[in-house]
Amino acid sequence: MTDSNSPEVAASEPGPDLTPGGTPDTPGTPGVADLAEAGETDETLLSPPRPVFAQNWKRILSMGAVGVGAQIFLALSNMPLRLDDRLLIKPILSLGYVSLLFVPFIAGNRVGHQIQREGIPMHAAGLHEIFGGVICGVIAGGGVSLLSVLLVNFDLREPLVNWSPMLAELLAFGNSTAFAVFIWLLLGGLAGAAGGAMRLVNPKARRVVVTMVLTVGFISVLESLVMDLAEGLRFEWLTERVYARRGGLNWNWALILAAFSGLVAMLTRGRVRQAREHIASLEGASRARTNFGLIILTGAILVILPLFLGKFTNELLANVGLFVLLALGLNVVVGLAGILDLGYVAFFAVGSYSAAVLTAATSPRINPEMPWLVALIFVVVITGLVGLFIGAPVIRMRGDYLAIVTLGFGEIIRLLFLSDWLADTFGGSQGITMIPGAGIFGLGSVSGTEPRNVFYLVLAFCALAIYISWRLERSRLGRAWMAVREDETVAEAMGINTVNVKLMAFVVGAILGSFSGAIFSAKVGSVFPNSFLILVSIVILVVVIFGGMGSIPGVIAGSAVLIGVLGGPRQPGLLSEFSEYKLLIYGALLIWMMLARPEGLIPSVRRSRELHQQEIAQDSWLREQLDEEAESTAGNDQPARATA
Amino acid sequence: MTDTMSHPSTPNANAVNGTAALLETRKLSVDFGGLHALDGLDFEVREGEIVSVIGPNGAGKTTLFNAITATIELSSGDILFEGASMMGLDPNKVTARGIARTFQNVRLFANMTVLENVMVSQHCRTRQHAFGALFYTPAFRREEAEIRERAEKILSFFGNRLVGYRFDQPAFTLSYANRRRLEIARAMATEPKLILLDEPVAGMNPVESAELTKLVGRLRDEWGFAIVVIEHHMDVVREVSDRVVVLDHGTKIAEGEYEEVSNDPQVIEAYLGHGNEPS
Ligand SMILES: Nc1ncnc2c1ncn2[C@@H]1O[C@H](COP(=O)(O)OP(=O)(O)O)[C@@H](O)[C@H]1O
Ligand SMILES: [Mg+2]
Repeated sequence: MTDSNSPEVAASEPGPDLTPGGTPDTPGTPGVADLAEAGETDETLLSPPRPVFAQNWKRILSMGAVGVGAQIFLALSNMPLRLDDRLLIKPILSLGYVSLLFVPFIAGNRVGHQIQREGIPMHAAGLHEIFGGVICGVIAGGGVSLLSVLLVNFDLREPLVNWSPMLAELLAFGNSTAFAVFIWLLLGGLAGAAGGAMRLVNPKARRVVVTMVLTVGFISVLESLVMDLAEGLRFEWLTERVYARRGGLNWNWALILAAFSGLVAMLTRGRVRQAREHIASLEGASRARTNFGLIILTGAILVILPLFLGKFTNELLANVGLFVLLALGLNVVVGLAGILDLGYVAFFAVGSYSAAVLTAATSPRINPEMPWLVALIFVVVITGLVGLFIGAPVIRMRGDYLAIVTLGFGEIIRLLFLSDWLADTFGGSQGITMIPGAGIFGLGSVSGTEPRNVFYLVLAFCALAIYISWRLERSRLGRAWMAVREDETVAEAMGINTVNVKLMAFVVGAILGSFSGAIFSAKVGSVFPNSFLILVSIVILVVVIFGGMGSIPGVIAGSAVLIGVLGGPRQPGLLSEFSEYKLLIYGALLIWMMLARPEGLIPSVRRSRELHQQEIAQDSWLREQLDEEAESTAGNDQPARATA
Repeated sequence: MTDTMSHPSTPNANAVNGTAALLETRKLSVDFGGLHALDGLDFEVREGEIVSVIGPNGAGKTTLFNAITATIELSSGDILFEGASMMGLDPNKVTARGIARTFQNVRLFANMTVLENVMVSQHCRTRQHAFGALFYTPAFRREEAEIRERAEKILSFFGNRLVGYRFDQPAFTLSYANRRRLEIARAMATEPKLILLDEPVAGMNPVESAELTKLVGRLRDEWGFAIVVIEHHMDVVREVSDRVVVLDHGTKIAEGEYEEVSNDPQVIEAYLGHGNEPS
């Protein structure tokens, strides 16, 4: 799109691309006449809409087929039945139906997607998109129709455990099979049409619609959180009306909320973004002051809010906090130093077990019964040493080999705690139980029975971990980590002792992991080997990748979304109904993220730069031209597009 | 530096002018499978000297740099720097001893900014570790300021090419010529005694190439580096070199001043024989 507002590029087409590895530059810029013609559209060059029936039938069929597959898979995974209890909007919409209907919606939307080619104008969206969406949605909806027919006529319960009359009944909305066939074709078509229509509305209107849908969605999905808040803040009178007694929004309130949020979205149009851009454009001292203010504000909210929250939500916050802490630790290793560690749970385990052994009276062999804070010092030292011992042999490897070996070490540590050999120290599969809470300077004991205190403790350590990562990233060591992540061979040639530097990242990560381990054992009151499965490593890694590698806000957002909403490996989230499908959703989210937004939810500045590197390259090339003009020489000094 | 340590039996001392050998390779051999990329090469660089290494493609020039910087293993032979052997050193230790290099295929830290690229390359000359960073000690702040200042000074050596708004641009946004300049800046940041430049003007236009040629001279005159430069452009070679070394098939086939070497029948034969006229 850069072409449209930089005709100079076309005017002074540069010489051949001399950059090795760079893609040859083929702007194919439209002529100046075209630009003038499309003058009204502010950003995008558009050509007229495509005719309604000139569809790409192959694409519609393949999209539809994917939709059929997805819906049948979801239906047979029992998600609709399980989630049917969870009403979103009473009495029309349950999470169960949403879990099926979103498929034709997305298929209908994706089928109208145009691949953006540099210099080739896109077609304006029109009836073409809606029609394509309808066809695609009908095909996808046909999958459920087909399934309904099959469900009543065959019995495949043997291999497919969820093949049940109940499912057939759900799919038919309690009516006949013929009704089911018809209604799903209709619903699919409607959802597909809606998906296609999303391409028509202009960005501003789309934003309003999205805000409305998200608001209603969040308020209905986060019902338990809102109820808990209402209790603390005394606005139960409102929530009693908004929510139906057995869950779900009342439909009239859903409408009110939608209208209200739409109004707010229209009134604040762009304000939020403006404010954000304004903050981003600040420099030096005023930037620092704004940032500091924002941090203080966030901190204050996080300190005050739990006072108004009930046990349930505080417990949830504490769990999210523990994962933030773990993810911050892994972020140093993976995000900053670029070491793919698949066995990070090892440090969590060592932290938990060493805290348990040092504080619990019931610890089988060694039981010094230290106060928690004293024990913490030893825990940090022990875990740091373990990090050093694991890291020393592993760190010399690179890439895939390193990942596999760390995976192995993660498992070895767990098996050691489980083994009979060390059972008289760590209790084997019995673990260590009756671990006392964490006493903090006589401020009382922090244990699982008071989740609010646990949250405060976690919050304090998160702040510490954030400070550590933040300071280290902006130091000589942090720069060395970055260099190692970029190109290890060159980093070494530039005089960086890569082994030491990577080992340091490993140890810092281990120490941060030990914090959450120590809190975990005090919170839960017991440790067992099977609290430290590989799954924990994977979940933490997914949190980091999903949130945005190397980005502290990203890691926090990732934990909030994945752990808070969906739930951790063992911890329930807000959507406890989803707990069975947690891993399925994790996987789907991860794949989607890799395709759509590989830099993560809130990317680090560096990674979002990568995203925009093409535009910047164009830009810098133009500037280069100006420089070059000063020397009145034609330059073949053209930007190379770094391949990511 | 250390005249006393310089080896008495310096081979090929045809450019003796009283200074000691800074770098010396002895019977240096590197094999890749059956291929002798370097075959018993004796090579030396004196302090404050600019040596050009030329030769047809595949002659082993880059391999020589890789061997000196310990990025590949030697099959036999020895490398002395300031009279002491460098055998068995890791690449980062070689850099710490005072040898810096650039790469034939530019290898910057693409997502780090221009300034960060130069700052991180001062790693082996600076001390502050995690402790200083965490407690934000005065020593840490002083060193950070020094690192930054030095980086800016080095970048200003390239005129207005890499300064100002460019400081904070990620390296991948730079033009090709600027990337090569930044690679040199990064090498300078390691505070070396010897800089190895691998085809520094490859892919540049004549103006840029002439500018860089001058820069190589200034690197020696103003910063006191000894320089080895691999180059294909004979006009650049003529301009910069005190001495020219010609490699072919991993062995030295000629050595001496530019005029001498360029008329050497063996050299002409090596280039023509490969169908590879120096341009
Ligand atoms: N890492 C390697 N593995 C195998 N062969 C190599 C390697 N590096 C260089 N070679 C071979 O060694 C020879 C010399 O290469 P090089 O030093 O790059 O030549 P040049 O003089 O063009 O820089 C070439 O034949 C090349 O193919
Ligand atoms: Mg080469």
